[in-house]
Amino acid sequence: MRADLVSASFSGAVEFIFAPQESNVTGGKEVGGFDKTLELLVGHIEVTVLALALALLIALPLGLYLGHKGRGELLAVGIGNAGRAIPELAVIALVATLVGIGMRNVAPALALLGIAPILVNAYVGVRQVDPAAVDAARGMGMSELSIIRKVEFPLAVPTVMGGIRGAAIVIVATATIAPLAGVETLGDFILNRNVYGENGLLAGAILVALLALTIEGLLALLQRRLTSDGLKVKTA
Amino acid sequence: MASPAPLAAAGQVGGDFFKERSSDTLPCQANESHLFCFDWARENIDRYGTPTQQHLEIVVLSVAIGFAVAFALALLAHRTRRLQPPLLAATGVLYTIPSIAFFFLLLPVTGFGRDTAIIVLSAYTLQIIYRNTMLGLGNVPDSVRDAARGMGLTNRQILWKVELPLATPEIIAGLRVATASTIAIATLVVLISAGGLGTEMYGSNFNFPTAILIAVAIIALMVLAFDLLLLTAQRLLTPWRKARSG
Amino acid sequence: MRTDQTRMRVLLAALAALALTLALAACGSSDDSTTSGSTEGDSAGTIQSNPDNGKVSLTIGSKNFPEQEILGEIYAQALTAAGYKVKSALNLGSETVALKAVKSGQISGYPEYASTALTSFFGLEPEEVPADANEAWEKANEEFEKEGLEAFEPTPFASANAVGTTKETADKYELETVSDLEGVSEELSLYGSPECRQRIDCLAGLEKLYGLKFKSFTPVDIGLRYTVLEKGQADLSILFTTDPQLSAESDKFVILEDDKEVFPAGNIIFVTEKSVAEEAGPDYQETILQVQEGLDLKVMQELDARVELEKETPKQAAKAYLESAGYIG
Repeated sequence: MRADLVSASFSGAVEFIFAPQESNVTGGKEVGGFDKTLELLVGHIEVTVLALALALLIALPLGLYLGHKGRGELLAVGIGNAGRAIPELAVIALVATLVGIGMRNVAPALALLGIAPILVNAYVGVRQVDPAAVDAARGMGMSELSIIRKVEFPLAVPTVMGGIRGAAIVIVATATIAPLAGVETLGDFILNRNVYGENGLLAGAILVALLALTIEGLLALLQRRLTSDGLKVKTA
Repeated sequence: MASPAPLAAAGQVGGDFFKERSSDTLPCQANESHLFCFDWARENIDRYGTPTQQHLEIVVLSVAIGFAVAFALALLAHRTRRLQPPLLAATGVLYTIPSIAFFFLLLPVTGFGRDTAIIVLSAYTLQIIYRNTMLGLGNVPDSVRDAARGMGLTNRQILWKVELPLATPEIIAGLRVATASTIAIATLVVLISAGGLGTEMYGSNFNFPTAILIAVAIIALMVLAFDLLLLTAQRLLTPWRKARSG
Repeated sequence: MRTDQTRMRVLLAALAALALTLALAACGSSDDSTTSGSTEGDSAGTIQSNPDNGKVSLTIGSKNFPEQEILGEIYAQALTAAGYKVKSALNLGSETVALKAVKSGQISGYPEYASTALTSFFGLEPEEVPADANEAWEKANEEFEKEGLEAFEPTPFASANAVGTTKETADKYELETVSDLEGVSEELSLYGSPECRQRIDCLAGLEKLYGLKFKSFTPVDIGLRYTVLEKGQADLSILFTTDPQLSAESDKFVILEDDKEVFPAGNIIFVTEKSVAEEAGPDYQETILQVQEGLDLKVMQELDARVELEKETPKQAAKAYLESAGYIG
């Protein structure tokens, strides 16, 4: 009996994604459907990309630099650990109340959550680069910047990408509750069961899961492309 | 305004029930730009008791179950190399799905409440614990294994008496990360009516920074406490590392 | 030597932090106990505990905003005082979710606004909602009975949606009634709950019955309805007539008069299944009706103020009301 409950729910959810349905609330307007789904999907991607870009802008150079210099280990690792323990709901609530609602305010808050994994992984990634390789490069007369770009970064790619993927996961996840702060993402279907009904609820959950997996898949692919062939054997 | 004539009320509350309020006499907590209201915090700290208790229960159960499952899977994969990639991938997928989506995906099956919360939170811990256990076991030098085999230990004895003890730091490192993130994510279970500290960040507390910050502070305390506890456990379990530390 | 000291310190710190956390958890909720049973020499209003009721388990639900939670708590605590075994499931969601919960037996009953029931469940247009509280209740009850449900008599107070704004905005555009928004609304942003778009006693009604078009509509959580006005993000916001901010901060916020009567006011009627009411015995309905007698507009606003402004829990506010009115000892 459970099985057909489940399948009924899931088929209802799939219907919801593609065809508008009668709303739970009177007023005569329909909810759901492809247009709405697309709208929320775009919103979700928008805020995710914005936040990720911001986080990368701040944390990647900083982490790479600190790792290269070998300084600030306590800071980097500390932020990494602390970042893991920040409750997303608190961030969204505080931003909505103290700063303001809307994409302009929420995207930086999401970026904040993404900074921790990117920073610590960039740091660690560079730190664990074989010092022999760096010495060799220095011996060859490469500039500091060249060393970072041509030696340390390529060798650190797997770890750094790991950090970026981690940041993407937490940002996509928090973007799901962004509707609480006035940013319309796929989380809207989940959080506003009143409007979208049980079908919408499930549809939202499915869509968010698929989106997260897709983004993760794309980043994994990117990591593969960026990882120099020499390293690929090890990381297979 | 078209309001119906109010029905005759019994009007039984005492005269002192009502308070005169005006913009300049409102207490600290009525203004949502106030970051922290100490008086309110002092007077209302005990309302955090039950949420903290619920939170602790959910976290401990989830990490325990997650550890049990991930550990078992790791032991399995340690023996059967072929299982390693699919298990890593499977635990990875579970980790990638955002918790909120995961909670509601399980809705038709397990409904609202603590059970769903624990299932999802346990699933979350699988990847890091599994990966770290595999890492720890993989880091054991072959020479040590060979030496043990040379001494006549069976594979099983090698695993439990040599490999696992040496892998303990990695395993506990994974546990620390898993616990910290579980404590944080567990705040979301309020959305599926499973209680926890998220209840003080949601509903009428959503625009009340003081309440949210207190909950965040408790979360931080919890993370710290468990982290130190696990670290201590590690030091107790690996006494041979004493010579190297300090 | 040094490592031993450090280890001791680490261990002590861990134990201290853990102890603190556990102490907090062990605190428990100190306001858990509700008094049951009567005390001597009290007014006739005190709820008497009936041992027969102990066999009946009830679950009281409510919708997910403070006023509803307060009402849910009042009923739950009152029924506990009457001797029932009561659980609460407050924060269910909107009316459709709550009604579903009653029909499926997940909850025994919940407090609904008669106007919401008529417009949301039974498809009435706002102007068809009777202005008289008893008439509205009777009409709703008629419809509920067709589904095997029953609604108890109404509370003294009524609440309605309202279009609200800051005093500055009202003065700037000379707004006193909702109709005054004609011609001006295109420049103004409206913020409301997510379901406002669909509701006839919200945005749908403003568009259809007032013929207003707004510059934008942004859905926000109900809890932020004043935040967005204060922060200047919203020109207009959907408020409730029982909001404590309207009297406590009357110099900052105003509501526009609903001259076309699109936002019908609703008194609270307790909705439950007939079978549940029968099984629970006469005390079920009697206690509920008894305890809501004191809920006039002023009292409800005071209770809302305690929860929304002073940030008390609905449980505390409900208890204070029941004690002050002498319903529980």
